[in-house]
Amino acid sequence: MLLEVAGLKKSFGSIIVADDLDLHVAAGEAVGIIGPNGAGKTTLFNMIAGGLSPGAGHIRFDGRDLAGVPPQGRCRSGIGRTHQIPQPFEKLTVFENLLVGAVYGRRTSEREAVQSCGEILERLGLLRRANALAGSLTLLERKRLEMARALATAPRVLLLDEIAGGLTEGECSELVATIREIRRTGVAILWIEHVVHALLAVIDRLVVLNFGRKIAEGAPREVMQLPEVHQIYIGIEA
Amino acid sequence: MDDNAARPTQAFRIETASRASRAAAAAACIVLLVLVLLPLVAGRNLVQDLIFLFYMLALAQCWNLLAGYAGLISVGQQAFVGLGGYLLFALTLLGGVNPLLAIPIAGVVSALFAFPTALIVFRLRGAYFAIGSWVVAEVYRLVFAQFKPLGGGTGTSLTPAVTSSVPGIESIKALLDLRTPAARDIVSYWVALALMTATLGFVYLVLRSRRGLALGAIRDHEAAASGLGVDVYRIKLAVYVATAAVTGMIGALIYLQKARISPDAAFSVLDWTAYVIFIVVIGGIGTMEGPVIGAIIFYLMQRYLADFGAWYLILLGTLAILIMLFAPKGLWGLLSERYDVTLFSTRRRLVVDGKNGRA
Repeated sequence: MLLEVAGLKKSFGSIIVADDLDLHVAAGEAVGIIGPNGAGKTTLFNMIAGGLSPGAGHIRFDGRDLAGVPPQGRCRSGIGRTHQIPQPFEKLTVFENLLVGAVYGRRTSEREAVQSCGEILERLGLLRRANALAGSLTLLERKRLEMARALATAPRVLLLDEIAGGLTEGECSELVATIREIRRTGVAILWIEHVVHALLAVIDRLVVLNFGRKIAEGAPREVMQLPEVHQIYIGIEA
Repeated sequence: MDDNAARPTQAFRIETASRASRAAAAAACIVLLVLVLLPLVAGRNLVQDLIFLFYMLALAQCWNLLAGYAGLISVGQQAFVGLGGYLLFALTLLGGVNPLLAIPIAGVVSALFAFPTALIVFRLRGAYFAIGSWVVAEVYRLVFAQFKPLGGGTGTSLTPAVTSSVPGIESIKALLDLRTPAARDIVSYWVALALMTATLGFVYLVLRSRRGLALGAIRDHEAAASGLGVDVYRIKLAVYVATAAVTGMIGALIYLQKARISPDAAFSVLDWTAYVIFIVVIGGIGTMEGPVIGAIIFYLMQRYLADFGAWYLILLGTLAILIMLFAPKGLWGLLSERYDVTLFSTRRRLVVDGKNGRA
């Protein structure tokens, strides 16, 4: 198993955000996570990426326990992530943003990293903007940059946090095509998303979280039909 | 997207220096040459003024690297100015070391002191780090005030034997037909110029290196930088220790020039940190050009307004507030935004080979 979360617990005061959570992602697999706001989805990502330490439980990546490994170490071992609100290095150019990921996340020299960074930019449709300041990008471009920068670190699993939120229908389907393409290169995907139809176009398996608990898991279309999932999602999306 | 992937991949390459930055480098060489030759024709007042400008600029570059890039808002850099100054006095007066040799030694020892200091103050974040660094500087001051061989709380002076033992003074005296104090100023001027140029070169090389890439990332978004594999703590520590070394050397030079030291002056938060912050903020924090512009403005204000006493400080504060309110990126920020210029280019441009022009 590439990524394995076992018995994860976390609470902020009296608010429980992870309650004995188990989750796994196999190499090359695409797993989706849905759940209402406050279900603990982003917190789960923060614990996997190392920004936040769990109250109890284990996170293993490629068989190795990640307890005590700082965020930079997790990135270098192959965990890439994007943020719900893009966090570009605004005064660096788009290309330099990728270079940071390539040089530090993959431990290569700038010169060796150039070719792969260029190819990623081309693949994500950002080549035209390569030498523009990241602070000048539109929302869609910023979301693409989040992905491109994470890809520059050559991840084996990519954590996507609501990457489709706030985009138009057309932008969203472009993004889905990009993510499918990334998947084809063998990168495993763990994707939190409210835009369910985007998610369903990519993932193999769907996990539903509520109050830090896994309430359903399985084949995406079947899970979406479950009454308890329906109940949570009434009024959000069918 | 899919048809993009089907296209044969292009070859990419990285380009660092732009034509404008090459022109700026050539201009910088000419300015440097003029500055080197200046004391041969300039009067003693101008030489002394420029020494002051050079070391304030060097201090500002260090503080900018610390605060503008590494996010370490230190209000305690006077700790290393004072330490460097006192080390120069200790080495020359008590140890009999030649003053010019004492300057690099002061740098090394400052770095050695900075390391344990960092282990303490790095446990604090944001505003607490700022206050903590100030408190540490006060501790340094109080410790040196206890050191009786160097005059304790009242301080001490360099003996003429030490100040005139700087190599080169005799030959300058003979060459330019000057008296000892004037010749001493000229040697100090050249040392200050060398130290400032070296500081600028050092900061520039750091920013051009892979560490500079990480520093730019840390400046813009620290958490995102560590998520992309940057060891933020290690880079901050390296920057803190390196700037302490340079600051210590500048401190040693300042007090070689002043020839008189006391704990209150050497560890003065106003002289060695508040003014330096003023320079960086009005010039433009997080850029290399900002501190250069800020230092020149500060020098001009000091030169022409210092006679107004308290009004001078009030004016200085007002200017700083106005710039923070209306041009938070500083004067250089205003200029570079309007005209899209950089003098010290650290940009890495992606170039697609086989196509003409921009990627």
